[in-house]
Amino acid sequence: MKSLIQKLTETFSPSGYENAIREVIRREVEPLADELRVDALGNLIARKGPSTGSGPAKGKKRLMLAAHMDEIGLIATHIDENGFVRFTGIGGIRPQALTGGRVRFVNGAAGVIGIERLSDPSKAPTLEQCFIDVGATSPKDCPVKVGDVCGFDRPFLDLGRRLVAKAMDDRIGCAVLIETLRALESTPHEVYFVFTTQEEVGLRGAHTAAFGVEPEIGLSVDVTGTGDTPKGSRMAVSLGKGPAIKVKDSGMLSDPRLVAWMCAGAEKARLPYQREVLEGGTTDAMAMQVSRAGVPAGCLSIPSRYIHSPSEMVDYEDVQNAVKLLTALVSKPIEW
Amino acid sequence: MPAIGNAQLKLLERLSNACAVSGDEGEVRKIVLAEIEGRADEIKVDALGNVLAIKKGSERKRLRVMLSAHMDEVGFMLVADDGEGIFRFEVIGSIDPRQLPGKAVLVGRDHTPGVIGARPIHLTTADERKRAIPVDSLRIDLGPGGKAKPGDRATFATPFRRVGPSLLGKALDNRLGVATLIELLRNAPPNVDLLAAFTVQEEIGLRGAKVAAFALDPDLGIAVDATPAHDQPSWDGEPAPFYNTRLGLGPALYVADRATLSDPRLVRWLTDSAEAAGLPYQIRQPGGGGTDAGAIHRARAGVPAVSVSVPHRYPHTAASLARLDDWKNTLALLHTALTRLTPAVLAGER
Ligand SMILES: [Zn+2]
Ligand SMILES: [Zn+2]
Repeated sequence: MKSLIQKLTETFSPSGYENAIREVIRREVEPLADELRVDALGNLIARKGPSTGSGPAKGKKRLMLAAHMDEIGLIATHIDENGFVRFTGIGGIRPQALTGGRVRFVNGAAGVIGIERLSDPSKAPTLEQCFIDVGATSPKDCPVKVGDVCGFDRPFLDLGRRLVAKAMDDRIGCAVLIETLRALESTPHEVYFVFTTQEEVGLRGAHTAAFGVEPEIGLSVDVTGTGDTPKGSRMAVSLGKGPAIKVKDSGMLSDPRLVAWMCAGAEKARLPYQREVLEGGTTDAMAMQVSRAGVPAGCLSIPSRYIHSPSEMVDYEDVQNAVKLLTALVSKPIEW
Repeated sequence: MPAIGNAQLKLLERLSNACAVSGDEGEVRKIVLAEIEGRADEIKVDALGNVLAIKKGSERKRLRVMLSAHMDEVGFMLVADDGEGIFRFEVIGSIDPRQLPGKAVLVGRDHTPGVIGARPIHLTTADERKRAIPVDSLRIDLGPGGKAKPGDRATFATPFRRVGPSLLGKALDNRLGVATLIELLRNAPPNVDLLAAFTVQEEIGLRGAKVAAFALDPDLGIAVDATPAHDQPSWDGEPAPFYNTRLGLGPALYVADRATLSDPRLVRWLTDSAEAAGLPYQIRQPGGGGTDAGAIHRARAGVPAVSVSVPHRYPHTAASLARLDDWKNTLALLHTALTRLTPAVLAGER
């Protein structure tokens, strides 16, 4: 699974430009799925299990499992007379995470992020004070045009139990969905594994995918923060203590029936888990929950440090346990 | 091929001078309905007040393309009667409060003239003049007997004018788009089904376009709007990397704003169309802002969408300024692109 995670995280696909990552994921899921489609916003939708046409059965549900395949990135706004590229963010970009960083454009061009001389060096720069140096000397020889998009360039790092990469948010969720689909021998449910687009700019892919799939249960798989780093946020989630079952975040209250179902599933399978309350941020589950006439929704989270930096860290056992838990959950009929 | 001549300029003048603050778009809607009467296969006004007009093509394998132009404009709403024709008001849509004092306004459906009063310089201190006056300290003064009531809308009173190569008016955002869409509907090419949406309540959150897109259920959507140009020469010779768009460089194509990441297939289709026809275009600097495309692309199971705007200086103030040539080129680009629109444009995945 580590090589899959490396492949997924080293692919460049900022929000709105998910072609590259969709191709990587398609190659993985194509042989495993019963049906595959791509919708108007680029969501990759893979079905496993009996279709709606096969009629209802006791405990059978139409499930949507969503992991977003986009990542945060930058978009060029101006090429100046010396070939420097000004930019703005796509998704939640923090300027302090940019300094000295390298980027790679969807068109293949690469560059480093520079910063203007700051009049007050004790203050973090604004995005307007940053620029990308792609090695050009004028707009003429600049390989980047206004509107071109790039992502952070940082190789995957295997620290043994801990794994570090850019875009772990949410390629790790994609990896969990792919491995769950692989591990799932059979299911009574109509399960849609949805690799969504444009999550980082406002859950836009999940919004339209949920309308199209019309699930009876919606579950997102995404990263969540932790409270286990020096003087970090106060949060009762740690790396290595198991996948987190979300109770609440700032955009969604999980359906209590789903939380209970997931916790019971973890206990039955003797898998470690943590209950999660996230005070800032939300996931695709928020969009699924309010789709059409409403959908019971929840989220399985992978605890992660340094989210939205070029080096996001997860625990490999948490990841593997998330696959085991999700596989166990969707293998059996759901009654409540 | 539609063109912009005297008739179109007259229409733009009437549209720009009409008052249609978000939620009270009746005056513009009336003009639109009269202008498109008999020019579409189906015309209706929906529950929120959007005008939806469908002009079917005649060729086989037609895409259903939604073109959206918002009819509403930013403005004011009277909220309390202080007596003697003096009213408190709130701002509808986004307007910088520094733009308000001393501006002439038109109130209500009868266009009752009034003014947002300001203390004359003789009676202010140097310190007061440094601070912006908050909206709740401002009043609209209609004079005693001024016919108005709380709930009435008001707009800036700037009449439409032509200024050299430019167009000047209070509501070019987005009567430029409305006028463009009327011309496109009258000259709809046979290779598409043209679904025209003259939308309401864009300035307060794309509300009209949201329900219009649900109802029309199109294959793709294009918002036609007006966008800021902040391209004045820099006074200190310093480079100015943030200008959004520039006047005179042609229609502004959107790649990304706060509400939409445009479908790259549609951006390519528009730039290819412009290049094939030898028409100018510019890429609007990615950044903030939003158009009806933000609502359209999220409709139902998703709709490929993009925005095309006429650049203009000083939007959301009493008077904005656009170039006639940019408007002409915007209409020309949209028309020429529509004539080239085939299902092949959307055949590949986004
Ligand atoms: Zn995420
Ligand atoms: Zn507008």
